[in-house]
Amino acid sequence: MTLVVVGGSLAGLRAVESARRAGYDGRIVLIGAEEHLPYDRPPLSKAFLDPDGPARVQPFRSEAELREDLGVELMLGTPADGLDPRDRVVSVSGTMVCYDALVIATGATARRFSGTDGLRGVHTLRTAQDAAAVRASLDRGARTVVIGAGFIGSEVASAARKRGLPVTVVETQDLPLLGSVGRQAGAVCADLHRAAGTDLRLSVQVIGLESVAGAVSGVRLSTGEVLPADLVVAGIGAAPATGWLERSGVPLHERDRGVICDATLATGLPGVYAAGDVAHVVNPLFDEESARVEHWTNAAEQGAAAARHALDPAAARPLVPVPYFWSDWYGHRIQFVGTPRAEEVVVAVPAEAGFTALYRRRDRIVGAFTVDRPREIMKYRRRVAARGSWAEAVAFAATTTTAA
Amino acid sequence: MRIETDRTTCEGLGMCEAMAPDFFEVGADGTVVVLEEHPGEEHRQDLTAAVDASPVLALRLKG
Repeated sequence: MTLVVVGGSLAGLRAVESARRAGYDGRIVLIGAEEHLPYDRPPLSKAFLDPDGPARVQPFRSEAELREDLGVELMLGTPADGLDPRDRVVSVSGTMVCYDALVIATGATARRFSGTDGLRGVHTLRTAQDAAAVRASLDRGARTVVIGAGFIGSEVASAARKRGLPVTVVETQDLPLLGSVGRQAGAVCADLHRAAGTDLRLSVQVIGLESVAGAVSGVRLSTGEVLPADLVVAGIGAAPATGWLERSGVPLHERDRGVICDATLATGLPGVYAAGDVAHVVNPLFDEESARVEHWTNAAEQGAAAARHALDPAAARPLVPVPYFWSDWYGHRIQFVGTPRAEEVVVAVPAEAGFTALYRRRDRIVGAFTVDRPREIMKYRRRVAARGSWAEAVAFAATTTTAA
Repeated sequence: MRIETDRTTCEGLGMCEAMAPDFFEVGADGTVVVLEEHPGEEHRQDLTAAVDASPVLALRLKG
């Protein structure tokens, strides 16, 4: 029996850990595109960008722990490049690796701003290498332009302002994080940027970049303006890393080519499961909607479950997760649980006291967004998980308004 | 069984509270408060889930 896990990040690590914890004592092969042992990504856009931040990534587990304690064969720095589900073989740079059970956890690749390849000073932020480059540029006092007011972009802006450096965030939509938190919360996020001295440009497109001697020098906007820049960070989302699956028969989503799974993470091909950023998964909690979720807790939870299910499909049960993300902006903690797709959003605590917004479908609470209210967010999460009553959630929120 | 917390790494993200609300809470200072330091063996599964769920690996079970 062989379990093959493709993807050497959080979901892949949790897959091998949970296989061993479940008592599986067969062969495990972990295949990763990066040369690093599995490491934690959220700090890359937070502590790593500080002047005194960590110099290098700390792996979750040492090589000895992975190889000896967990008995994992590591194939790192070598991306998988093909899958034959009929013969149950993954190809890795010419090497064939046979599997009985397979977990696809290849994650997503940061989208690059088109036409910027090879230009110095232009980065995405997904890997340890990216983070080191962005930090080095901030260390040199870069004038920074961030493309996209999502999580990564906003955290980069936050890091720049923390150093007192000038930063502009350019967003095509009329509010930040619109798809992730909706209008009311998005407006609060916009205010956080402005209050910190970030120049936030909404409803503006980046038309192109200007360069001098191979290095970026400016960002040309749809308004005609050119923003001077030494550092440009594109935080414009990530695309599922599934090029290696294109001809495999694994079902891929027509919009973004993510792997389509049912609520047990099964792809429909024998023994093949998927987990983490790469996977579109049906969530029974939200009217059976399918979503591709790029959150830490999602990768951890799905990674662990995918391995258990791949090894023992008969025991597979649907996951019923409550998506959760957090982000740190200018010393403020932003947290969201549930889904932003709602019939109504109510501001339960105004921005003067932190901020809480609640999200309703029918008579249920399906989501909550908070700023600087870390004691409350998990109380809402529990209500979302329990398909809790809207009226009770609103009543609970009312008890919190003075206790910021 | 004993619950150990690392308050230097805890960021108060609350996943432990989500997994095992009878044992963990995010406290007034924004970091974890352990509600019951010596839980019974019957809670091991929930507590293991809480330890695994910590995004900053701030929890451990001893014994």
